[in-house]
Amino acid sequence: MLEAVGIEVTLAGTPVLKGVDFAARAGEVTVIAGPNGSGKTTLLKAMTGEVAYAGSVTLEGADVTSMKGWELAMRRGVLPQAAQLSFPFTVLEILRLGLQAGRMARRADLPVAALERVGLSGFEGRFYHDLSGGERQRVQLARVLLQVWEPVADGRPSWLLLDEPVSALDIGHQLEVMEIACDYARRGGGVVAVMHELNLTAMYADRVALLHGGRMAMQGAPREVLTDEMLSRVYGCRVRVNAVPEGPVPFVLPQAAGI
Amino acid sequence: MATTDLGPTPGAGRVRSAPGARLAGDRSARARLVLAGLAVLLCVVAVASLTVGATGTALWPVLKTLASGEALAPRDRIVLLDIRLPRMAMGLLVGGALAVAGAVMQGLFRNPLADPGLVGVSAGAGLGAVGTIVLGGLLPAWIAAPFAGYLVPVAAFAGAWITTLLLYRVSTHHGRTSVAVMLLAGIALQALAGALSGILVYLANDAQLRDLTFWNLGSLAGATWSKVLAAGPIILLALCVVPFLSRALNALALGEAAASHMGIPVQRMKNISILCVAAAAGAAVAVSGGIGFVGIVVPHLLRLAIGPDHRFLLPASALLGGALLIAADMIARTVVAPAELPIGIVTAVLGGPFFLWILLRNRAALGG
Repeated sequence: MLEAVGIEVTLAGTPVLKGVDFAARAGEVTVIAGPNGSGKTTLLKAMTGEVAYAGSVTLEGADVTSMKGWELAMRRGVLPQAAQLSFPFTVLEILRLGLQAGRMARRADLPVAALERVGLSGFEGRFYHDLSGGERQRVQLARVLLQVWEPVADGRPSWLLLDEPVSALDIGHQLEVMEIACDYARRGGGVVAVMHELNLTAMYADRVALLHGGRMAMQGAPREVLTDEMLSRVYGCRVRVNAVPEGPVPFVLPQAAGI
Repeated sequence: MATTDLGPTPGAGRVRSAPGARLAGDRSARARLVLAGLAVLLCVVAVASLTVGATGTALWPVLKTLASGEALAPRDRIVLLDIRLPRMAMGLLVGGALAVAGAVMQGLFRNPLADPGLVGVSAGAGLGAVGTIVLGGLLPAWIAAPFAGYLVPVAAFAGAWITTLLLYRVSTHHGRTSVAVMLLAGIALQALAGALSGILVYLANDAQLRDLTFWNLGSLAGATWSKVLAAGPIILLALCVVPFLSRALNALALGEAAASHMGIPVQRMKNISILCVAAAAGAAVAVSGGIGFVGIVVPHLLRLAIGPDHRFLLPASALLGGALLIAADMIARTVVAPAELPIGIVTAVLGGPFFLWILLRNRAALGG
């Protein structure tokens, strides 16, 4: 269980999160959704310790501030929204950085497996700087996967915290990445993803946390949270939620004014 | 590699299917080879430097004399052991220190243009050294005595440390370093340290002035065993610590946040890196004055050859930096023999155009 209680964050004098409670369970994909500026990424960054916050964040009951950096790194991988790279490393060299940070550091065969997992087989020798935005995003995902390769290690779940993991991807690769996240959760790991894409959220999330103006508007199963009334209120536009004809998955259709 | 984005690299499957085969993108074998080559190069250059000089003392007859068990001629003994050997040792130490300081600083600032000489760190070290030469006599004995011969290097280290710290504070905001701010802050710090040094020079008496002029030229000409022994331990200490920073510097290339998520104690590593840069650059500047461009040219060349992995880049920088400075010193004392060029001029003549070439290559990334 990854739990955040009473999180308050102020950035440059502006309160961004105003007392947010959030919980994610291992074995589930939990999506943090909400409009621009609602505090999604800030909530994730508070939980990863990137921004200063008031409140408490616990991982399986232990306060994260009491854990050592390397200890946290073994149990939790974080995919940043925009990844930078200052020197010309090859894809393989970047993947090894992730591998060395985790508990599988001796498994030299894993980078190849990770690349295959994200659909980039044969990219080991490519220079990161030469890759497209979507390829870079998937290389970073592979690096994070290598860091917490086993969804359950020593009887405890590992965690993937993903900040907009599909933002630079086409629809095919969006599904591929969400499948990886789901698979990780099915095998006992915990996944928390910040997402803009509501239909992917409806398809893959076990729980949705909807933020609105720095507060938690609602947290629950996608069918409970993704409703006409709730989404229209939070996103400030008319929204219709329907069900896909052949299944129970809801889909969200924004309505242009006057239609 | 010439491939399209459409599919896997041709041949990649073959590489993977061969058990134990080296993976594409793994440059560690080449890096080890280059390291070995550099070690050999350094030995060759070091021995060559012992044979070259203003006097006619040649190495081979001396070795023959030694081998035959006879005593060396006093003149040869002095030239070799008290002039050329300490000079070679100092070139090795100073070159290695400057190159490694450059590589660590570039890793820390995540920018290939960071160099102790360019961004004011050497000037800060210089201020410390000048201050000690001019004002050292005013220090009460109980402060000065424990440092004895180390006073100038220690003061230079302090000056370099304060400058690096200031530079990092000014140019890094929320874990991101701005190149423009770093270079501009470097100019400001350099000007400030230069001005303060100028005031001190103005206050200096004739004897101190001679010391200062000699020091300012940037030269290994003043190499003595006592200077080697003063700077050596500080530089060697820094060189022994930096290999432990390799993994952190590699991770830092992905940004401070990513590095800390990979379990790197970022703040502590930054502090240690800054101390190492200050120790290496400070001690080097204290004994040799301002020798520029070694810290930028050497790591840059090596990144082209073996990639940016700091586990290999740092030792390779030490070896190539040492070899380069010994070679530059050989040029400095032979081209206008029997007179000598300050070595700072040689490195600037070689390094200046190289630096412009780096700028041209990176113009797009720098917003030009």
